[in-house]
Amino acid sequence: MNELLPTIWFILIAVLWTGYLFLEGFDLGVGMLMKVFARTDRERRVLLNTIGPVWDGNEVWLLTAVGATFAAFPFWYASLLSSLYLPLVLVLLALIFRAVGFEYRGKMNSDRWRRRWDRAIFAGSLTSAAGIGATLAVTTTGLPLNANGDRVGGPFAWLSFDALLGAAAVVLFCLVHALAFLVLKTAGSIRERARRVLIRLLPVAVVPLLLWGGRVHVAGGTFWTGVLLTLAVVAVTCAWLSQRKSRDGWGFVWLGVFLAASLACIFGSAYPVVLPSTLDEAFSLTVQNASSSPYTLGLMSIIAAFGVPLVLAYQGWTYWVFRKRVSEQSIPEAHTVTPL
Amino acid sequence: MEALEIARWQFGITTVYHFLMVPLTIGLGLVVAIMQTLWYRTGKEHYLRMTKFWGKLFLINFIMGVATGIVQEFQFGLAWSEYSRFVGDVFGAPLAMEALLAFFVESTFLGLWIFGWQRLPRLIHLGSLWAAVSASVFSAYFIIVANSWMQHPVGVELVDGRARMVDAWAVFTNNTALVAFTHTIFGALAVAGGFLLGIAWYHLWKRRHDGLDSVGADGRVLPGGDEAGGRGRTDHQVWLRSARIGAVVALLSFAGTAVSGDLQAKLMFEQQPMKMAAAEAACHDGTGFSILSVGNLGAQDCDDIVAVIEVPEMLSFLANGDFTTEVKGVNTLLPEYKEQYGETLPDDPIYGERAGMPIDYLPVMEVTYWGFRIMIGFGAVAAFAALVALWVLRKGTVPQSRWLMRLAVFGILAPFGANSAGWIFTEMGRQPFVVAPNPDPNGIDGVFMFTAAAVSPGVELSELIFSLVALTLVYAVLLVVEVKLLVTYVRGGVASAMPELKHQHDDGDTDENERPGGKDKDDVLAFAY
Repeated sequence: MNELLPTIWFILIAVLWTGYLFLEGFDLGVGMLMKVFARTDRERRVLLNTIGPVWDGNEVWLLTAVGATFAAFPFWYASLLSSLYLPLVLVLLALIFRAVGFEYRGKMNSDRWRRRWDRAIFAGSLTSAAGIGATLAVTTTGLPLNANGDRVGGPFAWLSFDALLGAAAVVLFCLVHALAFLVLKTAGSIRERARRVLIRLLPVAVVPLLLWGGRVHVAGGTFWTGVLLTLAVVAVTCAWLSQRKSRDGWGFVWLGVFLAASLACIFGSAYPVVLPSTLDEAFSLTVQNASSSPYTLGLMSIIAAFGVPLVLAYQGWTYWVFRKRVSEQSIPEAHTVTPL
Repeated sequence: MEALEIARWQFGITTVYHFLMVPLTIGLGLVVAIMQTLWYRTGKEHYLRMTKFWGKLFLINFIMGVATGIVQEFQFGLAWSEYSRFVGDVFGAPLAMEALLAFFVESTFLGLWIFGWQRLPRLIHLGSLWAAVSASVFSAYFIIVANSWMQHPVGVELVDGRARMVDAWAVFTNNTALVAFTHTIFGALAVAGGFLLGIAWYHLWKRRHDGLDSVGADGRVLPGGDEAGGRGRTDHQVWLRSARIGAVVALLSFAGTAVSGDLQAKLMFEQQPMKMAAAEAACHDGTGFSILSVGNLGAQDCDDIVAVIEVPEMLSFLANGDFTTEVKGVNTLLPEYKEQYGETLPDDPIYGERAGMPIDYLPVMEVTYWGFRIMIGFGAVAAFAALVALWVLRKGTVPQSRWLMRLAVFGILAPFGANSAGWIFTEMGRQPFVVAPNPDPNGIDGVFMFTAAAVSPGVELSELIFSLVALTLVYAVLLVVEVKLLVTYVRGGVASAMPELKHQHDDGDTDENERPGGKDKDDVLAFAY
């Protein structure tokens, strides 16, 4: 029992991160595409409205992943967040700008206003994807932690090749995931253009995530994480082939499989370490020494067993309600608010 | 400045700022849900317009609460890692539950509400709003459970120097949490009441100023204006009803905050006597309640403070419900705290350079004393104003006085001020502890933590300064943006939230809401960004 509960919570947190990157992955990507893909204001509004009803719910996966880490592994939460102080403060600022940008962009009919919020949404999406990628990478590859679990070496001690690799992996994944989402959710010329860009970008964009998976697999993986990594490669090939054959649904699903398999390989290879110390292996945080008491874990397990399926059910229903494609024709004229 | 000071300023600024948005979200959300329910049941046009108009303001504010709430969840790990390690076992659980059980519902169903106007059956659409609004109330509950545990730690035992949860029921039914939750919800409704009343007053005044409404010989309103531009008789109903709802909500919430606040104070006298003594600037034991004290509150030795106006025996009543029991003053409490929790910070590396320094058990008295009075004073002023407004509104409109209109608009701020002052008082009054020790019969007063021990040891001063400056600047800019948007939409009236109303006015003009493909019944988007 002492081993089991922390392991279940480790798996659950990995699932929450996977859910977060799968769901918010495409809305982070859509946020970045506002600047690098959409050409006109109407196109940008199409992009925005594909994620309009769902992005806020998607973001809660992040809050739940972080909150669950606090509840189940307080030492992991404390060490990881305080060690990555600067990048996470930037992520928070980025998430603020992005959320406010989504909501406020259309509230004034002015080009200057819209351009500013477009920049906020783009920079916010890019920065948060990169920051979260870096955070997840270092929690699987390590930080210079002392015996108390605190970072030594100054504000940039987290900055490593692995952190950059993780940042690139998540940013690029979000971009292709968003393109695959747009192929599913839009109609007309945007959709065709998204597909063309996606087919060209996909083979390159998935490399960093596979590389990150490969590195942690080599460092601490097992036979099974090797199988998962292979599955990731197969899935991404299938995703690419499906998109070429215009099987949009399958293309999207295979990309999801690729993400899930890669992250399962990454977290599986890291287990039972949740945050390795690069100074001394004895200082590493593991599912054992970083977890809450069995009492708390038991309580949280009951809550999760009830809550997670419920969340999946109603979020799934939301996607069903808003299943129709958005096109330039569905976007009304912008309206001006004038004082009475 | 040291890291501890910066981290405290940052926590204070981000929390007070977040709590400017939250009460409006909770209070206005409940009111909008009631308005839509009335529309659903009666089918009356003015209820739909009320729902749309106040709903728009609700959304403009909601997003800021969401965006700044994320910072709160990360902050414990970022700047207060030792705190997180000490309390993670008991404190993380309500935070995780808030995300999983409340915030998911809130965000998902609000998306359904915003975009679902034509896509969802009317009852399901209404239900979505109720789900979102109820979830925001649940969010408040979980967060206050976490906060109240810091004020009154229960349901834990101390194992290896860490608080370990042994009784979740005790944590989630903490008496401090239950009264603080009630107090906070009523505080949120007070904000919504003042907001509704001030804005509706402005519009009623504007209608009179523009000559739409006039007053008959009997002093009753003669609503005027044709149905043009969404400013007809229906809109008169929108503003009049909003103003009355606002006034009633403000009055009810004042009664609610007064009763729950009294219960809360009684608990606090028992659980954190020093906080209440500091709120009273009560140096010596006694029974009188000071309405105004003068002297150097900042002197920290408390002897040159003189109560100018004092209500005899009132303090005893506040604390114990009788008029004779003496309430302990600062001079009695200080030696007690020193005896129980030590004169100096322990010689532990966790305290860094502060190890061995003398501990000051008296919170900053200027802050606690005035925080307490501003909270109660602003609340009472707002309630009195609401009562007057209800009387003035009985004949269906407001006076033509520009001065009164400005006062009503300015009055929107009072409940915000009361809320902020209340939180600053309750959090600053907890110092020097982050987890306050409770000399209480449950026998777990060994569970406490000095704020000085809670800060992240690995984080450098430069990082904290960067984040303090960055967050404060961004928050300041966004506050300007939010207020600007709110003002724009308020001045635009109902038509700002219902652009379709406008084309009735400009006959023959293009429909502002037209889509290039023409209107079709099967609209993908009922609402578009």
